[in-house]
Amino acid sequence: MTAPLTEHADSRTDAYAVRLEAVSKMYGKDLLALDRVSLAVRPGEFVCLLGASGCGKSTLLNLVAGLDDVSGGEISSGSKIAMMFQEPALFPWLTVNANVEMAMRAEKVGKDERRARAQELLDLVHLGAFGKKRPHELSGGMRQRVALARALAQEADVLLMDEPFGALDAMTRDILHDELERIWRERRPAVLFVTHNVREAVRLGDRVVLLSSRPGRVVEDFPIELPRPRRTDSAEVATLAATITDRLREEVGRHGR
Amino acid sequence: MAVDRLPPAADTHERQLTGLDALELIPAKRTSFGLRVWRHAWPMLTAVVIVLAIWQAVVLAGFWPEYVFAGPITTFGDLANKVTDPEFYQALATTMRRAVVGFALAVLIGLVIGAAVSRVRILRAAFGSLITGLQTMPSIAWFPFAILLFGLTESAIQFVVVLGAAPSIANGLIAGVDYTPPLLLRAGKVLGFGRLQMYRHVILPASLPSFLAGLKQGWAFAWRSLMAGELMVIIAYQASLGEQLAISRELSDSPGLIGTMIVILVIGIVIDMLFEAANTALRRRWGLRQEQ
Repeated sequence: MTAPLTEHADSRTDAYAVRLEAVSKMYGKDLLALDRVSLAVRPGEFVCLLGASGCGKSTLLNLVAGLDDVSGGEISSGSKIAMMFQEPALFPWLTVNANVEMAMRAEKVGKDERRARAQELLDLVHLGAFGKKRPHELSGGMRQRVALARALAQEADVLLMDEPFGALDAMTRDILHDELERIWRERRPAVLFVTHNVREAVRLGDRVVLLSSRPGRVVEDFPIELPRPRRTDSAEVATLAATITDRLREEVGRHGR
Repeated sequence: MAVDRLPPAADTHERQLTGLDALELIPAKRTSFGLRVWRHAWPMLTAVVIVLAIWQAVVLAGFWPEYVFAGPITTFGDLANKVTDPEFYQALATTMRRAVVGFALAVLIGLVIGAAVSRVRILRAAFGSLITGLQTMPSIAWFPFAILLFGLTESAIQFVVVLGAAPSIANGLIAGVDYTPPLLLRAGKVLGFGRLQMYRHVILPASLPSFLAGLKQGWAFAWRSLMAGELMVIIAYQASLGEQLAISRELSDSPGLIGTMIVILVIGIVIDMLFEAANTALRRRWGLRQEQ
């Protein structure tokens, strides 16, 4: 799982898929969304970012994805970045196949290869038979899997996920956790996964990074050493989740007065 | 700890997933083509019957003598004669040619202006409201100026048709570009699209419904402008629907006049239905339409 840490300072970007150093983000003159957040994700590592509302989790992902500019600090990532949103964000005018192929357009991949790779990825998310459908003909969970296939099609080393299962029912979410874990173990991208669901974070992450709210700061970094695959309803996950929830509540409580 | 069940094996997992997919998909309900046509046709047919009845009733009431306001039976008899007359088809062909050429020009100009204005902020500030203003200008008010510029020629008619339709088409495109869902723009950016790719793969397809609405409105304006133009600019030896209207009025040929009006109305309705069909097909493809 862990990449070998090299001694050379120059090759540090190899040891980290993404590295944030004292990253701050201001909105307007006085809204500090993120306050000197430092965080590093190693190649192939699954990191969950956890926090209550207003902790700037999504802001942080947008900064890493380059959708927004930092106000201070530095983000370095020597690698290609893909991103999934809470909504599938598929193009409604394209078929499922064409949506996945769209990810290879920017790279100018040839038509035949695009088609073959899209099919392979749809098979990977168990949607191989649905390539000719349009997004609106699929259920929410299926659409989110198409979005996952599209993100994977970018062959990025870093996958950013912004509450991708937040809008799904518990049953579907549970199955998609298994699905995501399986694919992650097969392909090994570094994942930065934002959620406000503590159990989800413990279920999936190698590490759970807890952010405070307004401004967002890293409060604590919990390593999750439970063996995989885990179950969301297992006793170990529940115990760890309870510890982290307590810490999170304590953090939220600071805003009570 | 030991009581925990093991996570499902890979094939069980796959079966659960496909099972869930199957449960969540609602099987599509298809109604037969004939039934769908009938569902749309009967309210329209009813409306036509009601209008004809009112028309006949007004004629029977005798406010006007029969030679001024012809009844439906005389009119349709006259129309049946007319559609066997080659001159009618010449008139129809001239009018339709003008409509198609004028509308095509308007689409071209509307596209160029719309694309430029939606892209360049300064152009938007300068011309955005002017384009909307032009839309509200009654096209018939342009004719004296057009005749001054081009004389009593077809160019004068085309000039006004284009001025009538192009602003709507440009506005449709501008609105479509403006209302591209921000989420799709973000998705495009994450996929690594540059400015041009963003336009081609995201913004233009996303603005299609709005552009189509602009085309439909543009067509309505073009058709009105064209009829006004054909009434005002009568070119010798070139029969057109508008010219036939004018001649019927001069000859006090009431059935001929009403018959031509019906032809103009029907053409307008048919083309509007074509736009509506395109719109419905688009909405179905995008999943914006609730199938009843």
